[in-house]
This record gives sequence, C-alpha cells and structure tokens, in this order.
Amino acid sequence: MPEIKVTPLGAGQDVGRSCILVTIGGKNIMLDCGMHMGYNDDRRFPDFSYITDGPLTDYLDCIIISHFHLDHCGALPYMTEMVGYNGPIYMTQPTKALCPVLLEDMRKVAVERKGETNFFTSVMIKDCMKKVVTVTLHETLQVDSDLEIKAYYAGHVLGAAMFHIRVGSQSLVYTGDYNMTPDRHLGAAWIDKCRPDLLISESTYATTIRDSKRCRERDFLKKVHDAVDRGGKVLIPVFALGRVQELCILLDTYWDRMNLKVPIYFTMGLAETANKYYRMFITWTNQKIRRTFVHRNMFDFKHIKPFDKSYMDNPGPMVVFATPGMLHAGLSLAIFKKWASNANNMVIMPGYCVQGTVGHKILNGAKKIDFENRTSVEVNLTVEYMSFSAHADAKGIMQLIRHCEPKNVMLVHGENAKMEFLKQKIMQEFNINCYKPGNGETSIIPVSIDLDVEVSLPLLKHTMALPTSSSSSSSSSSSSSSSSSSSRGNNTEENRTKKQKVLHGVLIMKNNNLRIVGVNEAWGDLGVTAHNLRFTERIEVDETGPVPALTSALHTLLSQKLGSSQVQAVNEFQLSVADSVFINIQDDEPGKTILLSWTHQDEGLGSKLLDIIKSNYKKS
Amino acid sequence: MKLYCLSGHPNKPCNVVTFKSVTLMLDCGLDMSSVSHFLPLPLVASHRLGSLSTWVPRDADSQLEGELRECMSRIFIDSPPEIGPPTSGLVDFAEVDAILVSNYLSMLALPFITNGTGFKGVVLMTEPTMQVGRIFMEELVEYIERTPKARHAYRWKHYLRSLPQPLCDVKGPKTWQQAYSLKDINSALSHVQIVAYNEKIDICGALKVTAVSSGFCLGSCNWLISSDHEKLAYLSGSSTLTTHPRPIDQTSLKNADVLIMTALNHTPMFNPDSMLGEFCVAVAQTVRSGGNALVPCYPSGVVYDLFECLSNHLDNLGLSLIPMYFVSPMAESSLAYSNIFSEWLSSSKQGKVYNMDDPFPHAHLTRTGRLKPFKSLHAEGFSSEYRQPCIVFCGHPSLRFGDAVHFIEMWGNNPQNAVLFTEPEFDFAEALAPFQPLAMRPVYCPIDTSLNFTQARKLISELKPGKLVVPEMYLRPPPSAPHRTDLTLNLEETPLTYSECQVLDLGIHRRLESVKLAPGLALALNLSNIRPGLSTATISAGLHVQDNKYVLKPLEDEDTISKLPNSYPYGNLSVDDLVQRLAQAGLTDARVEELPGVCIITLENEDVIIKISDASTHIICSNTKLREKLRDILLECLSSF
Ligand SMILES: [Zn+2]
Repeated sequence: MPEIKVTPLGAGQDVGRSCILVTIGGKNIMLDCGMHMGYNDDRRFPDFSYITDGPLTDYLDCIIISHFHLDHCGALPYMTEMVGYNGPIYMTQPTKALCPVLLEDMRKVAVERKGETNFFTSVMIKDCMKKVVTVTLHETLQVDSDLEIKAYYAGHVLGAAMFHIRVGSQSLVYTGDYNMTPDRHLGAAWIDKCRPDLLISESTYATTIRDSKRCRERDFLKKVHDAVDRGGKVLIPVFALGRVQELCILLDTYWDRMNLKVPIYFTMGLAETANKYYRMFITWTNQKIRRTFVHRNMFDFKHIKPFDKSYMDNPGPMVVFATPGMLHAGLSLAIFKKWASNANNMVIMPGYCVQGTVGHKILNGAKKIDFENRTSVEVNLTVEYMSFSAHADAKGIMQLIRHCEPKNVMLVHGENAKMEFLKQKIMQEFNINCYKPGNGETSIIPVSIDLDVEVSLPLLKHTMALPTSSSSSSSSSSSSSSSSSSSRGNNTEENRTKKQKVLHGVLIMKNNNLRIVGVNEAWGDLGVTAHNLRFTERIEVDETGPVPALTSALHTLLSQKLGSSQVQAVNEFQLSVADSVFINIQDDEPGKTILLSWTHQDEGLGSKLLDIIKSNYKKS
Repeated sequence: MKLYCLSGHPNKPCNVVTFKSVTLMLDCGLDMSSVSHFLPLPLVASHRLGSLSTWVPRDADSQLEGELRECMSRIFIDSPPEIGPPTSGLVDFAEVDAILVSNYLSMLALPFITNGTGFKGVVLMTEPTMQVGRIFMEELVEYIERTPKARHAYRWKHYLRSLPQPLCDVKGPKTWQQAYSLKDINSALSHVQIVAYNEKIDICGALKVTAVSSGFCLGSCNWLISSDHEKLAYLSGSSTLTTHPRPIDQTSLKNADVLIMTALNHTPMFNPDSMLGEFCVAVAQTVRSGGNALVPCYPSGVVYDLFECLSNHLDNLGLSLIPMYFVSPMAESSLAYSNIFSEWLSSSKQGKVYNMDDPFPHAHLTRTGRLKPFKSLHAEGFSSEYRQPCIVFCGHPSLRFGDAVHFIEMWGNNPQNAVLFTEPEFDFAEALAPFQPLAMRPVYCPIDTSLNFTQARKLISELKPGKLVVPEMYLRPPPSAPHRTDLTLNLEETPLTYSECQVLDLGIHRRLESVKLAPGLALALNLSNIRPGLSTATISAGLHVQDNKYVLKPLEDEDTISKLPNSYPYGNLSVDDLVQRLAQAGLTDARVEELPGVCIITLENEDVIIKISDASTHIICSNTKLREKLRDILLECLSSF
C-alpha cells in the first residue's frame, strides 16, 4: 500500500517556525521554511540536519512557501545559502515581492540592533530569491514529469496561497495560514472539491469560534475611542503588511465618520511602501477593492500620518501603529517601554504572540517586564487582546474540510492541547483519520490508489449498450439473497450496483500499461490462438413419441425457463439456445438420445440446461 | 470530431467543435468591416456631413430617400452603424457547452451568442481578457450611444443590385445588426468563468481545456482541448515577437492530434518593428513642424507600446514637452488595469514589481502629466489642458465613431497635421473615404505583431501536429497582392481547410477511453504471464458511470458472475501429455487413433470420445461428473488466462 510520510521540522504541535517535510509518490517536498520569533538561539531555525548534514539539494525536489510571514519564510536564506539548496522554490508573485522586504527588515534588527553575527546577509537574501519560481493561482505547474502543484487563494495576507500537490493519483493540500471569511481588504480562502488523500491545515485558532467580526470591530473602535477621550496614548503593535491595512481602513473610516482630530500614526514610512504594493497587487485583494480601484484607492488614508520617533514624547492622546507585531524588538518595543508605566495608556495586541515575546508575556498578565540589559518596566497600561489575525477559526477549519473532502487530516501550527480537541471533533464529524505529529515525529498516512486503465472503445460501447444488470433480479433466489445481505444497511451502495453494466473482457498488462479489450480483440493483441474447447453430453430419455414432438416439448420447456427469445428451433430435431448451445435429438429405439453441446465459454449456460433437461426427463 | 465555421473573417474567428458529445465554441470575434459603409457619427453636428447629397438608385422607390449619401463618388449609409455577428443557424447556440475565448479582440460578438439564444454554457477566458474585453465593448457602446441617430436605414438592403461598388458586394447585409447595449454586455459577461494560464478546466467530465499563453496581447491565450487519449490545439492570435505580453508557450501545443490555426497577421507585407520606427519618426516630424498627430487606436493593446516607444523617441529629440492625450471613455481604466496585471506580462515588465516599479512606463508618464487621459473632448479639463502641437490617441480606428471623427474634421484641412494608422484591422483609404477631400497627411504604419506566414510555417514544423486545419483563404495570396505566393501557408502537406458556413469532419476516431479500476477489483485479478512483459487476465466487472467518468468495481452478484466465462484456454494440446494425465487420474484405457488433421482418443469403458485437432478439442460423453473431471484435466494441459 503506498503511503504519504509527513515530518514537521517546525510547527508540529507548535505555532511559529512552519517547516514540514513531506514524501509523496517518491518526491520530497518542504512546505514552508519559517523561523520562530520567540527564540534568539538555534531553536529559531528548523533543524535541517534531520534531513542530512550538509547541502539539501539532492534530498528535496522542491520547496513551497505559502506566504510572506516570517514564521513561514524566515529561515529560507539560511537554508538555501548557509545550509545549501539550489533546487526550485515556489511562491506567488506578491510573496516573492514582499518576502525579501521582510527578510531584510528582520536581518537589520538581528544584526544591527542586536549585534548578532553569523546571520545571513543582504546578498544571501538576493541570491536566495533568484531561486524562486512564481506560481499563478489555479495554474497547474509541473515541477517535473510526475509532480504537479496548484495554488489556491488563502486570504490571510496579500499573496497567501494554499497548495495542492499531486504525484500520480496521490495528492495532498497544504493550507499555510488561511482565512475563511472575507475582510475589508482581502477575500476568503477558496479551494475546489479536490478530495486530497491528506489535508495539512494550520490550527492557530483551533478551539476559538470567534464572535462576529462586526462586534469585534465595534469593540476595538470603542476601546481606542475611550482611551484617546481620556487623553491616553494607544499603541497597536503590528506587522508592516496584512492586518495593519485592515485596521487602518477601519480606523480611518471611523475617524472620518466621528470627525475625530486625535492624530493616528503609522511607523517607518512603511505605509507608503505597503500602499504601493497593494496597488500593484490589487488583483489579490477583495472584490470591492478590485471593482473600485480605478477611481478610488482604499489604501490612501485621510487621517493616518507617518510617524517620527520624536513623537513618542509628545504630550496628549495619539494612536500609533508600530512594527513589529509581537513586541519582540524594534520601534513597537521602544514605544512600549516609554508608555507602559502610565495607566492612562493602552496597548492593543491585534494578533497572536508566540512564546518568549514581550507580547506573549503581557497577554499572560505580566505586571513587570525584565529586559536583557537588566532594565525593567512596570506594566500599568491597559493591555487588550483582539483577535484580528486572519486565521481560520475552528468553524473555518471544519468548513474547509467539508469543502475539499480530504481522506485524512493533519493539524499543524497550533497549540497541542487545542489541537487535540479539534482532532477529536474532526474524527467524529467526518469519520476520517486526523494526525498531529510533533516536531521531528513522522506520521505515515496510507493511501489507497485507483488504477487507471484504458478500455477499448468498441468494448465500452458494447457494454454500455447491454441492458442494465440489476443485482436483485428474480432469476436466482439464492444468489440474490446473498448479494442483498452483503450490502444490507448500505442503501446507496445497492442503488449504485443496480445501475451498473456488466463488462466482460480481457485485461492486458504490457510494460506496466493496463488495457482492457474485448475477448475477440485480445487474441491479436496477445499473439496467441484461442483453444476451442467443446463438450457434448448424451442424455438418454424414455420418450417414445416421434422426434419432432420431443423437440417441440423441449422448446416449450426451455422457453419457459429461459425466456422465449433465447430458444430457437433450427429444424425438427435441432434447437439452439442463445445462439451458442445446441441441442440435437436422435431416435434411439425405444427411447431417444438428447445431445447437448456447448463450448467452454458457455459452461454456465450449458450446465444449467443440462440440469433442466435431466430433472425433467429422468430415465427410469 | 467536427468543426463548424461561423465566421468568414479569419481574424475575427468563430468556430464550433464537437468532440465526445461536447460542443465547444472557439472564440466569437465580431467582424466590424461593415461599419466602413456607414457615415461617421460626429460628436457635434457636422455641417459638411449634413450637406452631403443624398443618393437614390434609379429604380428604387422613394422610401429609400435619405438612406444613402454620396461623398466624392462613394456611397455611404446614413444610419447608426451595423455589424455582422457570427453565422447563426449552423449551430444551435443553446447546445454550446462552453465558449473558449482567446483574447479580448475575439470576444466582441459574445452578446449575440449568449443573449436570447437559450445559451446555458460557460464562457472561459483569462482575467485580463475579461477586463480589457469589457473595456472594448463598453467603449463601442458609449461611442455609438452618445451620438444617436434619429433614423435607422434598412430599405437599401433590398436594392443591393442597384447600388454601386463596393456597397453592392457586401455579404449578407440582412444579417447585420445594430450594436448591443450596456445591459447586453453585462448579461453576456455574467456567463464568464475566469481561468488562469495552465489551469485544467473540466468540461462535462468528458474533456479538459487549458489556456496557454499566446504572446499576442495582455492575457491572450491558445487553447488545448484534450481527452485522456486525444489532444486538440487551437491557435488563435499569437505572437513570437517580444512585446509587453507574456511570451507564447509553444511546448504545450506540441504533438497535438489536430491543430486548428487562425488569426494570422492582417498585414503580412509590413514588418511591425520597422512600422513602429516609422510611426515614431512620422509623429516627431509632424509635431516638430508644428502639426498635430492623430493616432486612431483601440483603448488597449499596441497603444501601450506606442506610449513607451514614442515617449522615448521624443525624449531623445528633446521634444519631451509635447503633450500626449489619450482620449477614450475607457482611457483611465485601461491605464489602471494594465499596471495591475503584471503576472500576465513579459518577464522584464514583471520584474519591475520586485523593485516596486509599475510594469508599464505610462504609469510614470501619467503621474508626471506627459500623458493625459480624458474620457472625451468634452470631459472636464480637456479644453484648459489642450495645447498645440499635440499627439492625440483616440478611438475608434474605423473612424466612424468616437472622438477621432471630431479630430479629423477639426484638423483635416491643415496639411501640417497627420493621421497615423497603426491598427491593422481597417484599410486607411476606406477609413478616410467619407472625410475626403482631406489636406491632412495620412501615414500608414500598421503594427500587427501576430504570426506572419513565415513564422506560422516555422511554428507548424516545430509543433508537428497530426493534422493541421486552417481557413481556406490561407492557401491563396491576399487579394491585394495576388502574386505574392510567399504570403500563403504553402506547406509540404496540404492542410485541411474550412471556410464560412462549412462543416468539416476532422477525422479523429477515438479508440480508447480511460477507466478507473477500484482497488478491490485490482487485487482480485489473477494475472497470468504470456511472455516476459506481457501478462493478462479475464475480467468481469461492474461498469459504473458518473459525470461521464467510468469506474470498474467488483461484481457482487454471484448469478451474473457464474454466467460469464472465467478463463480462456489458448494454444495447442499435447496428446501425450493428456494421455499421461488421464492415466494418472485412473483412466488407463485410452486408445489413441491418429487420423489426418485430427486425433481421436477413446475411453471405451467410460463411453467417452475426445477429438483433438489444431486449437480445438471436443469431448463427447454421457456422464456429467466424468465430463467435469475430463474438463479439469484438459485445462491443466492447456495454457489459459
Ligand atoms: Zn501568517
């Protein structure tokens, strides 16, 4: 039985550092190559030595990157340029454009601010990106003659994709991060009913069923508004691209409607950069933005202005979007240190924070944060968490499963306990296997394969022209009861067998190529001659009347048993049945002899006729 | 497999192919050549056009009065223009399962096919084809609707023979129709399903169709139509030149059983590269000497290359300050869309997005105000921006409607001005006929990047199709150059040809169909080896059909199974072997009698005769148990599967 092997090198029962190794149909594929934002040591990158010590080119057929978030692509330059990999890397066009921007940003923070050495360089990022092949949504891209991949829209962030990977009849879907509900700037994830053998799904929000988006948004706006009303400063740590655009659209529209004058800032001039990318990749945004983009750019904000570091100390209320999103480094952390002690202020964490980050600590109620240089800060400001991350929640994950009908599911990129809960739910609701291997653990998923064969068109047409066979026919009571007992309790199965036609032919396997042909076609194809096997059985009976009388009586008897169309009188002493079995009656004073003759191929009919004749004309 | 040709114009293709009970329409191009017989529609009432004398044939009734007007001894129809949709009647459009659209120029007849015909199929096209195609259609509608005519002339169609040339030669004017409306466009486009390049689309479970890049224009494609065993390639507008679109994908088209090739170059006598050069030079000369340059064009396509090359050329000559106006109801949309479809562009244009640059330089030209888009002459701001000398790009290339009509009227009497014809579709003399006499200088520099005959021949030899199918007229030189035999598709092997309203049998006969074998059935098969690499088994199975896909599953019904042979013996029987095996089974009284061509074995005690000849054996006996025993012994002596 063929199988699919999956080993997470990262994101196994964990959030962050997505990197999943898959073997399918003899092909080795790496799904994502992310880094862990919570670590500064070796644990930050996946352990590639699991595959081999040294370069990886010979061990992998390709790498697929789902989207530009660093927990999905952050280890890529390290892997390709420092560990060594020269094979193809697949990603969408926006991911290819944005991935190096974020990698470079992270590199600067690591090397220039934290003074790390032995980190990848700018040149390495460029060299790494040269190995990238872009994929368009829905195009079937042939990696080699056996392996094909197809990308689907995943929502989540600009350019995010899910991937369908197929080798022969085996296939799997890898979701990356996805969002099943459309938002203000992106559409919802979509995939067709591709029935993969395995669906590997993220499960960041495995147990969350989020309240309505509208409520969350209203809640967010109210909290921001209240804070600035009482003169507080609001810090919203964000990643440069993605959620922040969503929140900016939301806040900008609200400020406009409420006619608010409190300044809103966005750090690093990234607003402009992001804006430009959004304009170029407008085909990746949602319907509404695409429809109106010619006349109105949704990303030209009226109230949001660029931020300067000096504004940090300005008096009075303000709202600042600052990077990075988990308060683990950079400007957002610097602002946090400045504002944390004032109870009037507020920080809103709009997304998930991995373990080890300041974001994670304050979300868990830490009242005092210690820093590496022995400084610390009191956390007096209000800490709010609002799930604005565009991940599928439990409902969304179930919806995706329902939609693409996988034969097995694997959960990754989630917290173990929550995954376990969802796993049970999936197994119950869909009656399929669900896996959740840890890092370095291999799951083996057996797959059944349908064989593809070629059938000769004459045979197929002949078969389709036959009357439909019905398994519960009245011809033989014993066999019909046995067949109905075997399929009892499965009504649809029985209905389906009722619609079948019976195909009879010869299967020929020539150099691993399978073909089914009609029996008469087969001889030529095989280069052998049929051996014609014929049987004639003599049955002596006591009948004393003339021969034609017995012929006629037999004709009547067999017509009753088999249907009149099956039996033909050839002459006064000969009958033929179904054009293949012949009956000859000889006068053999004082009784008669019936000669029944049939070929080996008609053994079934021949022996049936024999039974009928013998039981009706027993010789005493 | 059959092909129905619904268009007599190879560059406005519309063919229907039936294959495996599926009906596919390949493109639905709109032949607009009829519009040249109509009077132009000016934006503002034109004194000159209004004062053209009416023309009536000698034997016509007076009702024809006012339908026809004469300009410089050419007769024009004074009516809203009419266009010739694809032939109806040959194919019932309600039966069409899918329409495959190759590019935005080949979809303009869509409303005539999909609206009010009972059409229930899907229309497949790429996203740029859909967006740009919509721009083309909406522009056409806007041009015609904003200059309404009170009277619709139709009686002239009954007096064709009395009309002078070329009007008396027009084909089927009674099938001509007025342009569609915005509502018609929306209804037609509601059938569209967007496809990506190399996306495999299932049609009725029977066929897969795939769009592959054709290198001709933004989002243009050729189509592969395949079953599991046959492959049909349809090649429409294609280019092997390097311009702005993504290059042609030739590999995918290789080794098709049938290749249908159409929409080759309109103007094969003109090299597009040198025409582009001549265009730039002529525009520069005109503006340098104080004249204005009018470029009648479509709202998308080669015009992007014109912006790019011309602005570079003017820069080099220090003429950067000459303004360029792009006047079309769709100008702004066209410019905006062109820069968001980077995935559909050449790799050099696509590469720009990685440096945060717009793919087309016209984005920069518009931002800096060198290229100014306007909805029309009357649009807000145009009159205040308007400076001379200038370069105006505007529609429509037929010069029968759109702002171009106004500019010709306005600039026509000044020999300093020039009108430059780059769109290959319309003959420039024809286009200018209702404006004569003109002092304005016409420059003919048609730029058609699609395959010329030499490129087409080279492509055919590389693609190696089983059969080639082309429009019949590609085997003859163009009427304008009857001696240029090089301007034909002269190939070593004469291709199959078609012409309008013809039905062609493509002669592809299918022999095999793919079927899935359920795992349970595969495991139960008992393969016997005939010789190395060849093995075989008798198979009886239930054939199930769902969505035109076949699956073989195990038969559960014992009764059905027992009626079917479970093995087939083959080859010759060795008499010695048989006798030996009979003896082993206790039948020791076999008497063998060799006769010419037959050998008879008699088992006297059991009243059995066995007749053996080449490839056949006949057992005659009167005891069923014994017969079955003999049968089994015999089958042991024979090979079977
Ligand atoms: Zn993500």
